[in-house]
Formats: sequence, C-alpha cells, structure tokens
Amino acid sequence: MCTVVPISVTVGANRIVPTVAIPYPLGDPSLPPEEEKGLRRKLVRKALDALCTEVAEQTVFTK
Amino acid sequence: MGKARIVHYINQFYAGIGGEDKADHLPEKRDGFVGPGMAINAALGGVGEVVGTVFCGDSYFNENLEAATATVLDMIKAYAPDIVVVGPGFNAGRYGMACGTVAKLVDENLKIPVVGGLYEENPGLEIFKRHAYFVPVGDSAASMRKAVPDMVAIVKKLIAGEEITEGFFPKGLRKNYFADKRGSRRAVDMLLKKIAGEEFVTEYPMPVFDRVSPPPAIKDMKTARIALVSSGGPVPKGNPDRIESSSASKYGKYSLVDIVDFTADNGETAHGGYDPVYANIDLDRVLPVDVVKEMVAAGEIGSLHDYWYATVGNGTSVASSKQFAADIAKQLVADNVSCVILTST
Repeated sequence: MCTVVPISVTVGANRIVPTVAIPYPLGDPSLPPEEEKGLRRKLVRKALDALCTEVAEQTVFTK
Repeated sequence: MGKARIVHYINQFYAGIGGEDKADHLPEKRDGFVGPGMAINAALGGVGEVVGTVFCGDSYFNENLEAATATVLDMIKAYAPDIVVVGPGFNAGRYGMACGTVAKLVDENLKIPVVGGLYEENPGLEIFKRHAYFVPVGDSAASMRKAVPDMVAIVKKLIAGEEITEGFFPKGLRKNYFADKRGSRRAVDMLLKKIAGEEFVTEYPMPVFDRVSPPPAIKDMKTARIALVSSGGPVPKGNPDRIESSSASKYGKYSLVDIVDFTADNGETAHGGYDPVYANIDLDRVLPVDVVKEMVAAGEIGSLHDYWYATVGNGTSVASSKQFAADIAKQLVADNVSCVILTST
C-alpha cells in the first residue's frame, strides 16, 4: 500500500494498492475521525481483495 | 615516489600455512613476498617492491576482530608502506571480510591507498568498497593469473601519481568537478535526446532491482494470518530501538498484543523523510492496526500476527533493505504468517 505508485512498480511490488498521501497513506486528517477510519477500512479491504486476487504480473489495484 | 614500499595482506592458505585446519592461525609477518606476492612483486617491474607480507588465519581474524586488527595494523605499520595490497580474496567470505577490514584499518589509520581484488558478490566488497580500489576478479583462485596484473595496474598508477578512473569497483564516493554546462541544461539536453530516440548517458544510474514472481492468491481471508510491515517508520512511542530517521541500519519487531488503536501516547514515526505530524498523532494512518483488529474481531480476517515489523525507508540502501526483508520474511514464514500488508510512505 503506497502513495507513490511508480516507486513500488520500480522496486518490484506485485500487488500494489494506491493510498492517500505520503505522510498519511491510510488516513486523511481533514476528515472527521469516523470518516477517516471508514476511508482506512475501505483501503485495507482493497488490499485484502488484492491479496485474494491471482496476478500473473505486477498489478496496480486502482481506486 | 621512488621505489614504492608495498605491504601485502593474505590469509593462512595463500601464505602456505594450511587450509581450514589452520584457519585459527595467529597474525604473522614476514619480510618480502609470500605466495601470490611473488607474482605481484614481479609485475611491479621495479617501480615498487613487496617489502613485507602480513597474514592471518581467516577464522582467527573474524572471530577475534579486535585483537587481530590491532596486531595486523601494527605489523603493517612496522614496514612503513606507501601502499597496501590485500588479497585477492575472490569469493571467499571470511577472507573477503578480512581483506575489507584491513583496507578500512589502513585507510583510516595510515591514510595510504589500498588495492585489493574481490569477486563482485563477495560480501566484504559491499561493506568495505569505499576503503580500497577493489579490482573485479573471478570467484576462485583459478583467476589469479588475470587478477594480479589487474591489481598491479592500479598500484602502478598510484606509484606514478596518475588519476585512477577505471578498473575498480566504484567506491561510492562523490567527487566534485566543474562541468561546462549547468545541471538544468544537461538534464534538458538528455531529455531532448531521449525524445528524439537518440543515445544518452545518465549521470545518475539507478540501482537494478530484482523481480519475484507473484505468489498465489490467498484462498480464504477468513482463515488467513496477516502481518503488518512498514517502511514508513512506525515504532512504539519513544522509538525504543532508535531506528535512524534516514539510512536506517536496522528494523524493529514490536508487539501488537496490547494495542487496539494507535494514539499520540503509544506510537510515532521514526521516518525523517516526511512530515511526521499526522503519523505522530495517529499512527494508524501509517499502520492500520485499528481497522485490521476490528476486521479480525468481525471474522473478516482469520488472525493478525502478534508483531509488526518496521524500518525507515528513507535513503536506506538497497543492500540493507534486502537484508532486512530477507530476515523479516524468514521470521514471518516461521510464524505461519500467510500474507502481509506492507505500507510505505
């Protein structure tokens, strides 16, 4: 899970889930706490789905 | 420099003492050349002379580093050398480490040049390359005949006071110089060549990253054991292992047993490459422990591994990162972790 997707592609990550921002990949301080947590839950679910998806090559699971 | 004084460091095997059974041989010195030093001395063709040889058993050297280095340094110093030659160590692990350690000792204490020969994958090279002109050599003594002239070529240039620009593994040191054109101009020139499909040479080659084939998908997340790993520097409050804010030399392993939610009181980031304010207030923004624990409680995920692993991916070398990853992966596999969420900042 990363914000700068090209870096993850360059270093060879196979399942890549784009995130929010460099200092808070899994959050957003501008949101109220409950909404921020909801956003985090959504992103983690996306990562879980990625882990459960067969891939043959490097794959970016776009938003 | 007149006839340059060369001191040669080798191990017990090349000194003719013996093989593994003599690897605990204590440091010793002999006047003149010993073993491969004979070919080195001959190749110097009179501009330099191997005035002394210092040798030590590889096991003794590596197991008694403090005592061995002190003695070896004294022995080398006693010959008042102008240049020190180490090895060639080929792809021998302990010998390569010894050659590298001697190079560092001489470089830092005697401040004279060191020339060595190591195979590209010798672990001693990566660690000590900045302390010597390490010439690329083959992986075994079978390549000695090529190694000696390559090493001596550098020694001769040092004696002649010539600039040495090739024939050795880059030391990883920056050298300042005045370029004809400023950086922006050179970058745009390069870009134009790239657009035109012409050849261009980068001034900053990127490291080569390896690839791994994607592991199979998790069949059922409800029975999977997940672990959280991060290069974003998430550590317990106070950074107990003092992981460096950049060029990290280590990673940490921390218990998640008592953490259900990160707050400003139990977590922070050690990372020095981004604004830490948001992570220090709520580290779940970097390592999503709160939601993962809820998902485990709700049965969406089988279980969460009791520990998280963290390092700082800020200017950290590829070699260090690979080492951390290999260590961490081994432990995760041993702990029956089936999948990992790796977060980066």
